[in-house]
Amino acid sequence: MGKKVTVYSTTTCSYCIRAKQFLNENNIIFENFDVSADQEKAQEMIQKSGQMGVPVLDIDGQIIVGFDKEGIKKALGL
Amino acid sequence: MLELIIIGAGPAGITAAVYAARKRMSLLVISKDIGGQAAWSGDIENYTGYQFISGPELADKFAEHIGKYGVNLKEQEAVVGLKKSGDIILVKTGKSNYETKTVIIASGKRSRELGVPGEKEFKNKGLTYCATCDGPLFSGKPVAVIGGGNSALDAALQLVNIASKVYLVNITSALSGDEIMRQKVESDQKVELLNDTQVTAITGDRFVKGIKIKRAGREEPLAVEGIFVEVGLLPNSEFATDVEKNKLLEIQVNSRNETNIPGVFAAGDVTDVPEKQIIIAAGEGSKAALSAFRYLAQHKI
Repeated sequence: MGKKVTVYSTTTCSYCIRAKQFLNENNIIFENFDVSADQEKAQEMIQKSGQMGVPVLDIDGQIIVGFDKEGIKKALGL
Repeated sequence: MLELIIIGAGPAGITAAVYAARKRMSLLVISKDIGGQAAWSGDIENYTGYQFISGPELADKFAEHIGKYGVNLKEQEAVVGLKKSGDIILVKTGKSNYETKTVIIASGKRSRELGVPGEKEFKNKGLTYCATCDGPLFSGKPVAVIGGGNSALDAALQLVNIASKVYLVNITSALSGDEIMRQKVESDQKVELLNDTQVTAITGDRFVKGIKIKRAGREEPLAVEGIFVEVGLLPNSEFATDVEKNKLLEIQVNSRNETNIPGVFAAGDVTDVPEKQIIIAAGEGSKAALSAFRYLAQHKI
């Protein structure tokens, strides 16, 4: 329980919105960084995921690129 | 057995779902995503009722609207086959098989690829097909938009607010697309328009560092850190092997959205309907749902 969840997103991407909605619906607490406004976090996201597409989710160190519902469920143990 | 399966949840599919739900048809929507290409659009200023709405916001409104009717939705599921035998239509996805009496194909279009070396390797590593989604990551960097139509112009206009420089690489001798957007692009200080120019390769190490361009028979490198490919669209119609299509692989429909297969309807950008617009796709979706409803009333399956 209590996995650390970080979301790297932009405000203009619908998959980011949907990914965050999905986390909210499942009562998952997460920290969100808007990588369009936060260059440092953008770099961190690129470092972690080795790519530049959003959203990126970091679930206890497990990196998920895109709104991969099944992958997110598995990582969260839902 | 279901009365209706709608393939796709863009403007056409969602509108069809709203109409079908209001007719109390038993239905299922199968789609990879919600919003379709509309979710990828930047600013939408021609959808009646909204003087201005962004693509992601409109997609959100779509999701809300079908949510209100409790429509059964299989998201992130891709249809791979469609077969009619007798009165039953079998819809096959990567995960399951579904049986239904009618189908509306509203699977839309996807971005066409450039087909040059480096494209696959650098996808999401500086190369993207969605300026709206990924544009903000290229803040202060030089980028190239490949294409010369409306979507390329839209991408360029989004990127001038973000990037340090926007090269617009256009293979033809002049931009196409709407006059009003062309003027905005051509008068923008940050945009450098390269007409009659072909992209021959994407280059870089871990991430994109540039492209190779060819003009007047000479190849030269162009240093950019972001590449936005906007070179047109392909219909997502491959799974519908028995349905008649035109040369562009768009599904042929009549004014009632009927295809050559009774009970199989199609709507929106995947069809040969003239003009691909969000509002046209939505209207076509409603027509297709009403046609499917009428078909069920007339054919006691």
